[in-house]
Amino acid sequence: MRPSNQKSYVPYHSPYDPCPPIGKKYYSTPPNLYMGFQPYNLPQYSPKEALQKGTLWPAFYDYYENPYERRR
Amino acid sequence: MWVYEKKLQYPVKVTSCNPTLAKYLIEQYGGADGELAAALRYLNQRYTIPDKVIGLLTDIGTEEFAHLEMIATMIYKLTKDATPEQLKAAGIADHYVNHDSALFYHNAAGVPFTASYIAAKGDPIADLYEDIAAEEKARATYQWIINMSDDPDLNDSLRFLREREIIHSQRFREAVEILKEERDRKIYF
Repeated sequence: MRPSNQKSYVPYHSPYDPCPPIGKKYYSTPPNLYMGFQPYNLPQYSPKEALQKGTLWPAFYDYYENPYERRR
Repeated sequence: MWVYEKKLQYPVKVTSCNPTLAKYLIEQYGGADGELAAALRYLNQRYTIPDKVIGLLTDIGTEEFAHLEMIATMIYKLTKDATPEQLKAAGIADHYVNHDSALFYHNAAGVPFTASYIAAKGDPIADLYEDIAAEEKARATYQWIINMSDDPDLNDSLRFLREREIIHSQRFREAVEILKEERDRKIYF
């Protein structure tokens, strides 16, 4: 199974902290962290799609959006 | 020697007139983890690294200049028609009094670019680990800029650049594996 590309944790919030708690803090764990040396014969995007996405390899594609926006 | 293609690596389109975004983007232009620092770092390290990975540094260092050009285009588009009042409101009045809307190699806080951003230890493993870290830092910077930006077209270009950082990090990691010369010998250590 492919690992998730985003992880989160909840920082401790003290009753004396001035700002309201942010809740979850997110961080990226993109696919390159898990691949090791790239194996041969992985599936490829079409050239046009690869130019648009920034990679030839679906295994390395990691779409990013603001995780704090989604939460609201 | 280089061959120049007179087009951007990926289209840059900016929808909203938002000079504040230029203030953030300048970090990737002349900041410590920016594209200029990356390009110069890799192209400089090529001379003192084993032959097997010189080509990788050439390729990635060259691509970083293509990224630099994209960032420059973004900043230029975001500021070229802005009035001094708008630049003031965006918090780049300091830039304006020194440079008008000219681009300059400094970071988001206005600190000028310095050669100390360009690490070169001469040890192949130390240098490649430095490069991996630089790519992950640049990836994170793009994430923070996307989080601050509400311009969908600009974010599209930034997502492309972020994806390239992931690929570069992957290739540097593979370069380390090549230099370890243990690939295909043992799977478990």
